[in-house]
Amino acid sequence: MGQAAPNDPPDQLVGWAERGSTSLRHNRLGARWRRSEYTMVELTINGETHRVDTGLDTPLLWYLRDELGLTGTRFGCGAGLCGCCTVHVNNEATRSCSITLGDLNGSSVTTIEQLSANGLHPLQQAWIDLEVPQCGYCQSGQIMQAAALLSENPKPSDADIDAAMSGNICRCGTYPRIRAAIKLAAYGQTSPNARADRKVTP
Amino acid sequence: MSTTHIAPTRRAFTFGISAATGGIILGLRPIPSFADQSADLKHEAQGSESEITAWVVIEPDDTTIIRVARSEMGQGNFTTLPMLVAEELECDWRFVHPEYIDPGEHIARGHAWGDMVTAASISIRGSQSYLRKAGAQARHMLIEEAAERWRVPPGECSARDSVVTHNATGRTIRYGRIAEAAARRSIPANVPLKRAEDWRLIGRPVPRVDVNDKVLGRPIYASDVRLPDMLYATVSACPALGGRLKSFDASKVMNMPGVRYVVPVEDTAVAVVADSWWQAKKACDALPVTWDPAAGKGLSTETLRETFSHGLEASDVAIGRRIGDVDKALSGGVTIVRADYEVPYLAHTTMEPMTCTAHVTEGHADVWAPTQNGEGTLRNVAAALRIDPSNVIVHKHHLGGGFGRRGLAQDWARIAVLIAKQVDRPVKMIWTREEDVQHDYYRPMVLARQVAGFNAAGNLVGWRARVCGSSILVGLSPDRLKNGQDIEMMNAFLDEDMAYEVPNFEVGYVMRNTPVPVGFWRGVNHSQNGYFRESFVDELAHSRGQDPYLFRRRLLSKGPRSLAVLDEAARRANWGQAPKGIFQGIALVECYNSVTAQVVDISVSDTGELAVHRVVCVIDAGYIVNPNIVEAQMEGAVVYGLGAVLYGQITLREGQVQQSNFHDYRALRMNEMPKVETYFLSSGNRYTQEWGGVGEPGTPPLAPAIANAVFAATGKRIRSLPLANHQIRARPQ
Repeated sequence: MGQAAPNDPPDQLVGWAERGSTSLRHNRLGARWRRSEYTMVELTINGETHRVDTGLDTPLLWYLRDELGLTGTRFGCGAGLCGCCTVHVNNEATRSCSITLGDLNGSSVTTIEQLSANGLHPLQQAWIDLEVPQCGYCQSGQIMQAAALLSENPKPSDADIDAAMSGNICRCGTYPRIRAAIKLAAYGQTSPNARADRKVTP
Repeated sequence: MSTTHIAPTRRAFTFGISAATGGIILGLRPIPSFADQSADLKHEAQGSESEITAWVVIEPDDTTIIRVARSEMGQGNFTTLPMLVAEELECDWRFVHPEYIDPGEHIARGHAWGDMVTAASISIRGSQSYLRKAGAQARHMLIEEAAERWRVPPGECSARDSVVTHNATGRTIRYGRIAEAAARRSIPANVPLKRAEDWRLIGRPVPRVDVNDKVLGRPIYASDVRLPDMLYATVSACPALGGRLKSFDASKVMNMPGVRYVVPVEDTAVAVVADSWWQAKKACDALPVTWDPAAGKGLSTETLRETFSHGLEASDVAIGRRIGDVDKALSGGVTIVRADYEVPYLAHTTMEPMTCTAHVTEGHADVWAPTQNGEGTLRNVAAALRIDPSNVIVHKHHLGGGFGRRGLAQDWARIAVLIAKQVDRPVKMIWTREEDVQHDYYRPMVLARQVAGFNAAGNLVGWRARVCGSSILVGLSPDRLKNGQDIEMMNAFLDEDMAYEVPNFEVGYVMRNTPVPVGFWRGVNHSQNGYFRESFVDELAHSRGQDPYLFRRRLLSKGPRSLAVLDEAARRANWGQAPKGIFQGIALVECYNSVTAQVVDISVSDTGELAVHRVVCVIDAGYIVNPNIVEAQMEGAVVYGLGAVLYGQITLREGQVQQSNFHDYRALRMNEMPKVETYFLSSGNRYTQEWGGVGEPGTPPLAPAIANAVFAATGKRIRSLPLANHQIRARPQ
């Protein structure tokens, strides 16, 4: 009853994937690019130029992790559904599992490792202040997604946060703290959840 | 590292370097994680003879290594377990560095570190007494050492912030200066522990020690491990559960880029091993395989439902608890209420899919594992390879989620070593999400039938509960069966976890095992049984026209602890005073020696769109070690429970799981997240000497609280989950 057929994502999910990520758009472009004559692509990753001429159908995620050892970008679903693998491609939040090297000629990629290259990003500081992570596995993607949001919209509303962040799944349930941390970074507000000098004893 | 909460160490520094240079590979035994780095330091520390007790190593610079036997999977063990030691050790918390125990060393030293199992919300409640004792022992040894140097009685000295002070003269000495000598003293057998009112760490929101690594994307997970010459693998198991591998044609993929090996995993799965994971995945997708569905043939959700439904009336019942005579109580002159309930199989979907890295050489194995049970991994690997456990090294890593998937179920470790055994290099195995969803150890599908009766005076005189489904223990922990029966399948109805007073009561379980693997899922059997019980109590209240909160109160005349928690939840949620259009549901579940009650505020639109506005959560865990972490656990328990209530179901057709990824096995998302308010009632040792768990108790009350609120809002009783099957769907808020 009421269950979607396999490989038939509800419209809502497709919407999230598109809104949360530019990857689908890139893939559509990529399909055209792959048909073209590219035999080598040149892209910038965390400020370094990389030229790749084999395995151009490899998703960016696996190039980052297995080839470059940038393991801060993590694998969650392989289908653009969970946001674990979010990086920035030309400053847009992008699901690195769903965009191939062949799609990226001339692109500039930033990963979580680079986000703190010049000191902690304000979001990372807010994440630390509010102790957002639990298991932590999805947090690189959450932070990269939030960073793209703030660079586009420095003062997001709750609705803006929902719209930007609902493509990123956290199974541990850090959503309330993610929201609070984004607001802390954007507005300098402290959350009621923030640490207090208190003690709980019987 | 200037931003860390704790003092930087060589370990953290080296770690930062290796992360910054992008996964550089260091030496033969690489340093991929906090855990492995600490392993190197540990040998050094042991060499320096500053291991004061098995749990505490203090270095000359006052760095205080506190060892952790359980696993960090998000629930905060790397912070809270060392807090328990440090409380008594009286060390400066800023000097504390948690470090994993090596499971092999644990076995070699006669289980010197208690139990490694990280399940059943056990970590704090199961080890607090010996951890606090270990801290106190070390403190005594340090004080004795200082006192001897000063030639004063130890009783004249005190310790605080990693310094021993001679109170009369004000002389002081740092722990680091005397640690090596103190380590040579004998360990005192009995030492008094601090009184709760004197605690300085326990009960406070001490910052988590693992936040920085997780915010910076550092390689702390098993799936981040990088080894010299490492290959990558992915796996395809028989799509039909219980089915068999018949044949595969490796020649079709061996010429694909990077492919090195195509190997069977016994007769249940096939793996492709390649130079990169993507190459392995592509080849695995292209590999022609013939499967024999075997036991899975014909198996479907419908056939399983029929099996379990018949079981509800079967005579091979294991009785978990019997009070009075229910048959007699329910016959003649009583008003009967009866209802059948059903819950589906549920997958865990940890964010990090199943993974394990293994290097197997002749008679020896190294595994890098995200495990809830380090010793269990070691023993499973040894058994799979038929080698002596002393020849297995398990490198523990933080888990990208556990929720019960990575504890007693060690299939992922077993499969990884069976692959690596056929490969002469280290292999990192990662399952696709599809494989992870379709080859889980699921929360059991369970059917329940409950009957209760009221006498003419309106008193509840009898209640019978029957549940039927597959036993978790038969497959994963047969040693816990009692006379061949899985009593734990009746949790939430048993003596120790149901405070309601009913004069005639009986709970029974009918075991029906199938090829569908079942396992531990956050809240384990309390999660489905709490839903059955608390929904049915709600039905009983409404059948008498009574308020469900007040009805429960009357059943708790002999359960003061549960009553206090229930009352506090009702008070905090303004029970009965919800604004127009908002409807409330309440539920109470006792588990893992904690008591939790929740009140949810929901609204449902005319078109069946459900919004959960707020969850008020009250927990009495006896003692709260770290309130900030407990709040996080309650938030997480609500998210885990709510996703399951709204969407969670694994269904089968021809033995094959029909769901495959997050589009059809959905998780709760940010825009569906209710406000969660957590309140503590910390009863200390007023009711019990044992401490309570906090990782799971927040999950079981959520489903019944939501279902009860849906009844309040719509008059529709939700007797099966998820809500998606009732044309009720979440409304993004």
